[in-house]
Amino acid sequence: MPSQKTTVPVNADIDIVTARQKGRELARDLGFTSTDLALIATAISELARNIILYANTGEIVLSVVENGTRRGLKVVARDDGPGIPDIERALEEGFSTSRSLGLGLSGVRRLMDEFDIVSEVGNGTTVTVKKWRL
Amino acid sequence: MQVPILKQRDYLIASIQAALTDADLLQLRDALVSQVGTYRSRGVIVDVTALDVMDSFAVRTLRDLAHMIRLRGAETVIVGIQPEVSFAMVQLGLTLEGVSTALDLEEGLAYLDKKLRITAPPPVKRRG
Repeated sequence: MPSQKTTVPVNADIDIVTARQKGRELARDLGFTSTDLALIATAISELARNIILYANTGEIVLSVVENGTRRGLKVVARDDGPGIPDIERALEEGFSTSRSLGLGLSGVRRLMDEFDIVSEVGNGTTVTVKKWRL
Repeated sequence: MQVPILKQRDYLIASIQAALTDADLLQLRDALVSQVGTYRSRGVIVDVTALDVMDSFAVRTLRDLAHMIRLRGAETVIVGIQPEVSFAMVQLGLTLEGVSTALDLEEGLAYLDKKLRITAPPPVKRRG
């Protein structure tokens, strides 16, 4: 079982496809169900698109996490973009400052088991999500 | 990767073969909206069977596509949304409101045939 990190640079819309495909492969290796694979790939797609939309460039880092006997997939979406001034508001259902997203971060949070966001204006945004195998 | 568009009878059929970038999706939308005029098509089928992800951008682009094509006077039906994809869409709150969907290509064709059938004149009654 691979335990190393996979880093996918996100600079263009083709990288959104690459990131979600790599995430799906890793999740499949971990034994996630096909339903979970779709949820994970969709979440990665949204996170990668956020990077393109708001920061132009960043990266998605995929890795395996363990908690006792449980294994899961961790996805870190990192950028050095403008940051989010009001995280609370950004997490509201349906909130989006971009015309391209109707769902934003709240949607990603619903797809995954754990969700964490660190953002500072002028210093970029890091979103960390995890999905645990049942 | 460009999506091949087939013309069959009064319909255009776009069969997505592999994962599409955002630019590919927009290209598909514009090509279909344009070709509906070129071929005077009355129906459009977009087969998404090969897509294992339909995120907010893909869903929004397909919805736009269907609405634009309706404004051009034709009907669109999206076919082949996979079970897992439908689940992820529901979880995300994505809808294809106002857009027709069907199980697969066959059902999509049947749907368009029914929807676009010109109402036949009533049969001439015969005496005796």
